Amino acid sequence: MNRARALTNRLRRELFATPLDGLITVVLLIGLVSGLKALLHWSLTQADWAVIQANSTLLAVGRYPLNQQWRLWLLTALLSGAAGISWGLLRGAGWPRSDRLAAAVLLVLGLVLPAGLGLAAPLQQRWWWLTALLLVGRWAAGRWGCELPPRWRRLLPLTWPVLYLSGLGLIGGGLGLMTVRPSQWGGLLLTLTEASFAIVVCCPLGIALALGRCSELPLLRWCSTLYIEFIRGAPLITLLFLGQNILGFLLPGGLAPDRVWRAAWILTFFAAAYVAEAVRAGLAALPRGQWEAARSLGLNMVQTLQHVVLPQALRAALPAIVGQFITLLQDTTLLSLIGLLDLLGVARAVMANPEFLGRNAEVYLVLAILFWCCCAALGVGSRSLERHLNRQVLRSQP
Amino acid sequence: MHTPWWRNRRLLPLLVQATVGLVVLVTIAYLLGNLVRNLSAAGLLLSWRWLNLPAGFDISESLLPFNAELPYWRALLAGLVNTVRVVLIALVGATLLGTAVGTAAFSSNGLLRRLSRTYVELIRNVPLLLQLLFWYFVVFLSLPDGSAAIQLPWVVLAKSGLHLGSPQLVNGVWQGSLRITLEFAALLTGLIIHSGAFIAEVVRGGVAAVPPGQWEAARSLGLHAGQTLSRIVLPQALRVIVPALNSQYISLAKNSSLAVACGYSDLYSVAETTLNQTGRSVEVVLILLGTYLAMDLVISGLMNRLNRLVQIQER
Repeated sequence: MNRARALTNRLRRELFATPLDGLITVVLLIGLVSGLKALLHWSLTQADWAVIQANSTLLAVGRYPLNQQWRLWLLTALLSGAAGISWGLLRGAGWPRSDRLAAAVLLVLGLVLPAGLGLAAPLQQRWWWLTALLLVGRWAAGRWGCELPPRWRRLLPLTWPVLYLSGLGLIGGGLGLMTVRPSQWGGLLLTLTEASFAIVVCCPLGIALALGRCSELPLLRWCSTLYIEFIRGAPLITLLFLGQNILGFLLPGGLAPDRVWRAAWILTFFAAAYVAEAVRAGLAALPRGQWEAARSLGLNMVQTLQHVVLPQALRAALPAIVGQFITLLQDTTLLSLIGLLDLLGVARAVMANPEFLGRNAEVYLVLAILFWCCCAALGVGSRSLERHLNRQVLRSQP
Repeated sequence: MHTPWWRNRRLLPLLVQATVGLVVLVTIAYLLGNLVRNLSAAGLLLSWRWLNLPAGFDISESLLPFNAELPYWRALLAGLVNTVRVVLIALVGATLLGTAVGTAAFSSNGLLRRLSRTYVELIRNVPLLLQLLFWYFVVFLSLPDGSAAIQLPWVVLAKSGLHLGSPQLVNGVWQGSLRITLEFAALLTGLIIHSGAFIAEVVRGGVAAVPPGQWEAARSLGLHAGQTLSRIVLPQALRVIVPALNSQYISLAKNSSLAVACGYSDLYSVAETTLNQTGRSVEVVLILLGTYLAMDLVISGLMNRLNRLVQIQER
């Protein structure tokens, strides 16, 4: 009874505090409800989701050869296993509320999404296995992870670069595996490959550029500033255009990478300039005394950067850097404008198919949801990492 | 005591700079050498004479009179004018929208506050290109035509375009008013809604940076909510907002290059056609980079003047 009264009180305070507020609430509610009703009506009765079901493989991997797709499944399995184990080792045996929530969301996604998309039965089963692998990894690593010697646990951050490189190898082939040329990669696979490559490589580049821009040596400062401002002054699409049309002229014949890797390098160089600005802001936020203290302790330049300056500057810059990663993931859609078959490129090819003419809304909606989920997940991950790091700092201070 | 050369505080910076300078110079020289060699092998050495040749393609809409017989530089100029037109209107629209949504985050109405957050989170996490394609192909291209067109006061939304004013339906065709093409309308809508979300975040951050005591002081002086916002809070918030707005405006100008996705003939799309026809890749890319850089500098310059106006005048 009391709770009900508290709820009505709160509603009145939030929504009907003044007559104007009440009017705004009513107008907004009418708009919202009619909009949601129209969307629901459209998605249940008018929309034809066959375009997604029929093209799900195409959207996921493009024209990757059918008989080689087990490699991608293996990679996904390795990734979900590694993700589960890392998650478990980070959080330990307990399951706090956020972890239970995440596990529930994963379970629902793993069970409902494939069925909702109408995937074939074997594909559905594979999704179930992947989800199970992730959750079992989380549970087992949380349970027995702390019993491992710390020497082993320190290897954990190392597994990810190894996994990344072997993943690229698995996708591309070589060493006895059939080579799948980058022009055959497509869809979500291409989008994620390009984005992850750019994210991994642009970080060291960006840090180097930021250090160069803050350096006391004028030549380093000028070169870095010139590069950063040049890149930031140009729209990405013109740079991609430059990559496709001029890179071939800049390198001796035969040395220029193919179109997919050209775009990946351009994305990397583009993102590096923005990451550099984020890192520079982090460096600027660092009190001058930190440098002086490190120097008076007798640390040399490299030691100062490694142990004193960069850990603090990068922690301050983390939200901005992850913001750049989110932008980068979204920017991969521009690849479709220069004729690559990334997720959007494949989607546009699908919509050009006469069989699925006029099904634009469904495809764009699914793409938007996919991108939204990826970007929002990155944002949530960055915020929780930030909290984790801040807690660590608080704990380490006396 | 003799210091080894790698500890020499005077020699080392010189050495590092000399190495870096040498590496940069050699790389540039190597790339330029390749460029000249490859271009001369293809018979495309840097030349600007092709700019005077007739373009041979038409531009769907242009403020400057243009036809296919006019030279390439006129085509590029028409593209630039189109870009400037859409950027200017989108700047105004996005600023208005962003300010409205950003201040709505401080409304006393809980629903309005949450809607403002939802809008920002929804728009910022979906790629702009996807939004532009959505506006053009899903919304504007599916408008009905003729008498079925959506008639609102002062504007008729039809497949033939957006007709402002009071158009008449003559033989199934809307006539007698200012017509906005669907391409322009889609690009403008997409840019305004996308940049509006980012500007709303900037405005929200700026308003949040004003100490709460200022709100309370204004209220205790008897100012009502609107006066508090416009007289007390916004002038102080502007000091935080304007520098951040600068970079949002620049990214809006750069984002306008995605016009090619919805068929609007902006500078980039004209340049792409020009390159495909002439093969003059280096010149075209130089023109593009130079123009966008100039546009960024103009925006930055104007915003810096504005910034000086809103900062605290110290005596």
